[in-house]
Amino acid sequence: MNVRMLVKRSLAGAALGLAATMALPAGATPNEQYFPMIGWRTGPLTPLGVNVAAGWIDYMDLLNKRDGGINGVKLTWEECETAYKVDRGVECYQRLLRNGPTGASAYNPISTGVVYALLDRTTTDKVPIVTIGSGRTDTTDGSVFPFVFPLGTNYLSTNTVKIKFIGMQEGGMDKLKGKKIVNLHMDSAGGRETIPLLDAQARKYGFEVTHISVAMPGSEQQSAWLEIRRIKPDWVILREWGVAPAVALKTAEKTGFPLNRIVGVPFAGTEDDLIPAGSSAKGFYVVHPMPTGEFPVTQEIRKHLYAGGNKGNLQDMSRMGLIYYNMGLTYGVLNTEAVRTAQKKFGNKPLTGEQIRWGLENLNLDEKRLRELGVWGLVQTIRTSCRDHEGGGAAKVYQWDGAKLVQVSDWIMADKAITRPLIEESSAKYAKEKGITPRDCSKE
Amino acid sequence: MEFFFEVLIGGLLAGVMYSLIALGFVLIYKASGVFNFAQGAMVLFAALTFVNLVERGLPFWLAFAATLAVMALLALLVERLVLRPLANQPPMSLFMATIGLAIVIEGVGQLVWGSKAYGLDLGIKDVPFELGGVRVSQFDLFAAAVAGTLVTALSIFFSRAATGRALRAVADDHQAAMSIGIPLPRMWRIVWAISGAVALVTGLLWGSRLGVQFGLVVVALKALPVLILGGFTSVAGAIVGGLIIGASEKLAEIYLGRYIGGGIENWFPYIFAMLFLLVRPHGLFGERRIERV
Repeated sequence: MNVRMLVKRSLAGAALGLAATMALPAGATPNEQYFPMIGWRTGPLTPLGVNVAAGWIDYMDLLNKRDGGINGVKLTWEECETAYKVDRGVECYQRLLRNGPTGASAYNPISTGVVYALLDRTTTDKVPIVTIGSGRTDTTDGSVFPFVFPLGTNYLSTNTVKIKFIGMQEGGMDKLKGKKIVNLHMDSAGGRETIPLLDAQARKYGFEVTHISVAMPGSEQQSAWLEIRRIKPDWVILREWGVAPAVALKTAEKTGFPLNRIVGVPFAGTEDDLIPAGSSAKGFYVVHPMPTGEFPVTQEIRKHLYAGGNKGNLQDMSRMGLIYYNMGLTYGVLNTEAVRTAQKKFGNKPLTGEQIRWGLENLNLDEKRLRELGVWGLVQTIRTSCRDHEGGGAAKVYQWDGAKLVQVSDWIMADKAITRPLIEESSAKYAKEKGITPRDCSKE
Repeated sequence: MEFFFEVLIGGLLAGVMYSLIALGFVLIYKASGVFNFAQGAMVLFAALTFVNLVERGLPFWLAFAATLAVMALLALLVERLVLRPLANQPPMSLFMATIGLAIVIEGVGQLVWGSKAYGLDLGIKDVPFELGGVRVSQFDLFAAAVAGTLVTALSIFFSRAATGRALRAVADDHQAAMSIGIPLPRMWRIVWAISGAVALVTGLLWGSRLGVQFGLVVVALKALPVLILGGFTSVAGAIVGGLIIGASEKLAEIYLGRYIGGGIENWFPYIFAMLFLLVRPHGLFGERRIERV
């Protein structure tokens, strides 16, 4: 989009908004559901921010243009730039909190650091935080964290999928006994999140795990990979993001470690991470709860937003159908389905964050509903409750062939028998620290 | 012992890559006394321009020459729009201006070339080979050769060429240089253009390793401890500082990191540089300035 077009569109949008406001009778509330978007289009993680926002906005725009919003309620949104910085994320949260006719519907910060910073605020402000594929895992326990929703697949679930996949490659979980696994992780809250789980799994399956941390931003990892060469592990779990995955994979190649013995987390293995690594990453496995590819909803977006020379929010059409764009679509689907669910209880009108929290806690996206939405295969079946704010727990495994991600497994379900006790232990500790009395989920 | 030497050599070669970034800072600081916060953004912009030109079908050397021209144009604009209006202002004002400049260059890069990440293949495989029982990366050796060539060329330029000597005069004393007829604006344009060329070489080498993506900007921070150690005004200092930082951070990570939780190679160079500052505030090769007050 050129600058002149951007200015024209902005002016037209502002004029339309002004006209719509003036047309309302005094004191009337606009029939709009407002979403604050804490994200980024600048900084070191620009491709992630730009393409997730594009997928999310395109989905909301599709509902507005094709269906007239959700049951007559138009969706509106406002972006706030954080450049992937925690302090700016918190500032954005505060700035957008009371905007829109009923305030913020839900926040989706896509940053574990921001989630940690806002954790105590959510209950006070009564606005939910949705952390799809990121965030803090113990928030899965809704009895302690009523306003936080790590929907889909939390960090621990993704990790158990990786161990299951490694077990499958070795010929069964019993074959993991005596194997060596290195957990190469970023030295951050999100990076350290899976350490207790891996230790528990090592005890359960009899493998040996070594945790090696990499300092942010991870632009130099030679020491870590020399250490890995010394340990001679059977597998490496790559828990990195930003510039780090490309460096890790190239350094693995440089130190002679086989790429098809490395399994990465979702943010280590999107197309935008692997294209820079190129052929160096060939053979690398990655676990994705939000898959790549085009789905019926993508065709709907092309038809309603981009056909006839029109433009949606995505500037570079080559990114459509890639992981980050699909991640944005998933954000759009889950947030708007929460609104739709909440409307069934509270009526077809703009809802408050607290009412949408109820929608998020009572989501039921089965195969039939996902097919109706055109996202079957993109979004996994999700059923949330007071006890379980994750609602899903599955992921697919892909392998990089040097140019694209190739799916090598169907949905693999997480091992919740091992994750749930850890989640409850951690949430109970948090509740004790903060003096929170957990809700009785049997009464919800 | 082989492992120790492998870590040491790997660290020294990594240090060469840090030196390349530090060189860009040194050049501008030498000529104008400005700490150019925009150096990281220049590295990103140069690499982005190059890969986009190659992607549009330009042969390697033509794309390289065209990017050099773009960086020279950028130097011209910086001198006209930023440095000239701020001439004779305190160094802090110029430093603040370069922070703004970094944001502008990054933004223009995104506006012109988009936000996606690119792979960059310079045709040198990053695979190891054995040298006396120690594994050494071909790519790291290539980077070391490039850095060595660049430093030699810059040293010859500063000592033999008339423009180079004029730049040294400007670096030494602006007023004195102007009094003997050296045009300051022209010198600034030249030094920013040379720094742009260094940014391009740095961008290509770092881009080949990390991919050409917006995270390249933060890599520039790696130059800070190198500059503290080597001195802000010495080309040779940038190289020696880079080697020391590279080797020490790798050895510290391997032999010290395990006792304090690991992941120390990012902050260790800063601690190391800070301790060094206590002993030698002007760095290894920096000029010791004594001012009459």
